[in-house]
Amino acid sequence: MITTIGEIVRGDAAVFPPYLYEAYRSTIKRAPHHALVEVPLTLSELTGPGPTLSAVTPEDADLTRNAGTGAEAIGQRIIVTGRVLDAKGTPVPHTLVEVWQANAAGRYVHRRDQWPGPLDPNFLGIGRCTTDATGAYRFLTIKPGAYPWKNHPNAWRPPHIHFSLFGNAWASRLVTQMYFAGDPLQPLDPIFNSAPEAGRASMIAEYAHDVTEPEWALGWRWDIVLDGPGATPFEDPREVGA
Amino acid sequence: MSRHPLTASQTVGPFFHDCLMREDARRDVLCATATEGTRIRVEGIVLDGDGEPVPDAVLEVWQADAHGRYKHPADARGLALDRDFTGYGRIATDADGHYAFTTVKPGAVPFDAERRQAPHISIAVLGRGLLNHLYTRLYFDDEPANTVDPVLRRVPAERRDTLVARRGGDATGDAITYRFDVVLQGANETVFFAFATGNRS
Repeated sequence: MITTIGEIVRGDAAVFPPYLYEAYRSTIKRAPHHALVEVPLTLSELTGPGPTLSAVTPEDADLTRNAGTGAEAIGQRIIVTGRVLDAKGTPVPHTLVEVWQANAAGRYVHRRDQWPGPLDPNFLGIGRCTTDATGAYRFLTIKPGAYPWKNHPNAWRPPHIHFSLFGNAWASRLVTQMYFAGDPLQPLDPIFNSAPEAGRASMIAEYAHDVTEPEWALGWRWDIVLDGPGATPFEDPREVGA
Repeated sequence: MSRHPLTASQTVGPFFHDCLMREDARRDVLCATATEGTRIRVEGIVLDGDGEPVPDAVLEVWQADAHGRYKHPADARGLALDRDFTGYGRIATDADGHYAFTTVKPGAVPFDAERRQAPHISIAVLGRGLLNHLYTRLYFDDEPANTVDPVLRRVPAERRDTLVARRGGDATGDAITYRFDVVLQGANETVFFAFATGNRS
């Protein structure tokens, strides 16, 4: 596939996608044309909302039941877990992780998703948790299905889960998508392909038999490494000024 | 270098609202009754390279309180912290590409040991078609300190206006209104930043 790939990248160009990736057509009119202005990290970027955003309940991390209907979502039950780290490999504890995904049939609840995949009344496809003291997060959900989109003829998004993370600093904000190892749609997906090789590898969760719970759910492991000012100097951010 | 490879970014896509804009996750009013400072309302539109409104963008904002203090452990200065202010907002554009939020005007914050930054609000723009979020800043057109702001001075002079919100004539309720449009691409493209985090392969 031949596609125009822009030169403007924010962050490590060996990992992050460029803003312009023509094969993903929505980038064509939304990618900036001017070079980014590089600025040092000031107090405005070294701080951020991450340490104060924490309003979650244990139920928020169980997408199979958090629709509140009293019944369970249909699909292959999976556990998605891993650790959130900074670029030095230091765990990022107590940080908010938000996720959203399609249901087992590849359908979102969102009103803009109108393809004829069935909705599941017991699945909202949204969840959140905060990492524990070791930087670990964990969700119970169902494996999302693939779904079609109108980017190009016969275009299908590979199964994925959207992730949103803050980390400790404004400069560590990350919104990304987690993919499942071994899926045949990944090489055909321009959103996945927009990232260079190291970036694509960074978004793939591996099947983890040690996470799998017998007679219950399959395990997938995915660690997330955030950009930003590096190892945190904070013991427990939430205790400061709380 | 023993740095861990970073995790790549991807677009927030078009289906984020149920998660990111749920009742207790969206924040278009950053201040409470007890929050100190001058109430302001910031409003504007997000436009693409054709000048068309972007109806599926998210603006996240981060700012200091009225005293110039960030609610964050990295701001270890001995300033009083306004306990009724977090400084974080999350707003989706509407079907016409418009957004608005209400907050207090931030105070000045330090740049380094000698210099201060002009009052500003940090903004991250996410959206369908944005494979990585865009960082920008909002400054205020009634702040003389803009002329010596060390970050603004790194921006080519002819593009600095794209970062300056214009004060409106009429107050909305008790708040002063500022207009700040975000142009993703083209002639009046907003200035977007890259931060020198040092995490490069």
